[in-house]
Amino acid sequence: MAKTFKKPDCMTDQKTHYCPGCTHGIIHRLVAETIDELGIRGRTVGIAPVGCAVLAYNYIDCDFQEAAHGRAPAMATGIKRVRPDLMVFTYQGDGDLASIGMGEIIHAANRGEKFTTIFVNNAIYGMTGGQMAPTTMPNQRTTTTPFGRKSDEVGMPIRVAELLGTLVTPGYITRQTVISPKYIQKAKRAIKQAFIYQMEKRCYSLVEVLSTCPTNWGMTPQDALQWVQDVLMPYYPLGDVKVPDSEKVTEAAAGTAN
Amino acid sequence: MPKVLMKGNEAIAEAAIRAGCLNYFAYPITPQSEVAEYLSWRMPEVNGVFLQGESEVAVSYMIFGAAGAGVRVFTTSSSPGISLMSEAISYLCGAQLPAVFVNIMRGGPGLGGILPSQADYLQATKGIGHGDCRLLVMAPASVQEAAEMVMTAFPLAEKYRNPVMILGDGLIGQMMEPVEFPDQLKSEASNKDGWATNGMDHRGSTTRNLVKSLFLDAEQLNDNNLILRAKYERMKKEDVRWECWNTEETYDALIVSYGTMSRVCKTAISMLKEEGIEVGLVRPQTLFPFPEQAVRQAAQKEGCRVVLSVEMSMGQMVEDVERCVQGALPVKWYGKCGGDVPTPEEIIDLVKTTLSSL
Repeated sequence: MAKTFKKPDCMTDQKTHYCPGCTHGIIHRLVAETIDELGIRGRTVGIAPVGCAVLAYNYIDCDFQEAAHGRAPAMATGIKRVRPDLMVFTYQGDGDLASIGMGEIIHAANRGEKFTTIFVNNAIYGMTGGQMAPTTMPNQRTTTTPFGRKSDEVGMPIRVAELLGTLVTPGYITRQTVISPKYIQKAKRAIKQAFIYQMEKRCYSLVEVLSTCPTNWGMTPQDALQWVQDVLMPYYPLGDVKVPDSEKVTEAAAGTAN
Repeated sequence: MPKVLMKGNEAIAEAAIRAGCLNYFAYPITPQSEVAEYLSWRMPEVNGVFLQGESEVAVSYMIFGAAGAGVRVFTTSSSPGISLMSEAISYLCGAQLPAVFVNIMRGGPGLGGILPSQADYLQATKGIGHGDCRLLVMAPASVQEAAEMVMTAFPLAEKYRNPVMILGDGLIGQMMEPVEFPDQLKSEASNKDGWATNGMDHRGSTTRNLVKSLFLDAEQLNDNNLILRAKYERMKKEDVRWECWNTEETYDALIVSYGTMSRVCKTAISMLKEEGIEVGLVRPQTLFPFPEQAVRQAAQKEGCRVVLSVEMSMGQMVEDVERCVQGALPVKWYGKCGGDVPTPEEIIDLVKTTLSSL
């Protein structure tokens, strides 16, 4: 009997180290399915972040480099500039990308580097033990905000997709989630589209994925999924923030120095 | 190829291309920005890669990414910029990636100044980043030597799968001298299919490569450090370089000096010779590995009464000189690091005063 649903070729047989109810595993699978479907495994290089997904290469089975905290976009730039034929993706969490790596992500996106970023936003530092991230919600309790995040002291959570969406350089910036099959299918389409834009050498592409961290949120997996829906999604709306054709910005239209 | 008159920074840029390195990422900083300016038009001529990054931090990881993808790549910077790159240099060492970093030193600490200095000696040779990491460090004393060291740096980086640093003072970058790029120093890049993330299709393999420096298991991390240590020990055996000057006959004092400072010392030694005072010189061309035996043997020469470490810093290399002399002779330091290079007259005065005080 033919198998109609199987493990992607681009995934190893290892069990993941992720906590029960964490959605990293689903997002890994969507990336692996995309690599399989596009037939690019032999020319794909992933970049693992610092954070819970540092061991992503134990599960996603293609060439991988391991980044320092926040530096994945610079490394992806280095790879892509010297080997434009390779398909390159960074897989980064919100502490990695939106805090220590904010400079690198903005400039890579602004240069229009032709790689793809999977940005997993769970509003907290996971691996270091549940500290406040730039994406932590107002009044959210973390190990460094035991009385809740105070916005008058540390500002409001950063909406990364919208922030990158302000860049004039064309790009594909979208926000998705994976809290139910309906959303997983949409996220899959977005991830595949992001890789296709890269394949076509069209633009930089980033898929922000609202994710869960039941362990550090102190919730059951079910409650965590509900919390994404009730708390994160109203502040971080889903959908495309920017597609490459939405703004026909050319140097001529913007005016040039000459 | 005929000699051409070039500024040191431009010669360094051209030497990299002649060595077969067609990938350069950089961030501007005085006194070495001419390298980036030169390569911004020169790299496109040779279908190479030039990119100005947003910071030294980002640039150093572009180097990591490119080196990990298996190509020859280099960057240039100056002291404060190298401090920012030191994080990535540690990662490059840990992941065993070959790359070349050029530091055209300016004065410090902090913002310091933009004039020549040798005050990054300890950083380059002993404290380039966290963890047990070392660089092979070469110190040129002329524009010609800078070009040749850059050309040899790439195969050395590949031999050891480790970053190599060219440590030049600001004068090496800024002065103009005749230079030629010896054809025999051209080299083919080594095959990196065994470890580079250059794509499984590219290397015709069905197994993937990982470039990483994380070893959560204590034994594995220790093993990785043993591999690195073995490489650093091998550097000491196979790639230590130095020049001995005026050491054939006996001498009263020995000077250890490198880079631009060593040229001033040579002038002073020639002038002292006319007065009948003989001084020998050991000029380290590699700072790590340090020419330990050469310094020790030169200090042990009969008649030598004192060893002087003359450097454009507040006394950094002198720690290595003391280590080599092992208390057999007095070791003195002399130096400046505000940007003024000590003059031959100052060195002459130093030698005479020191000898008469013994």
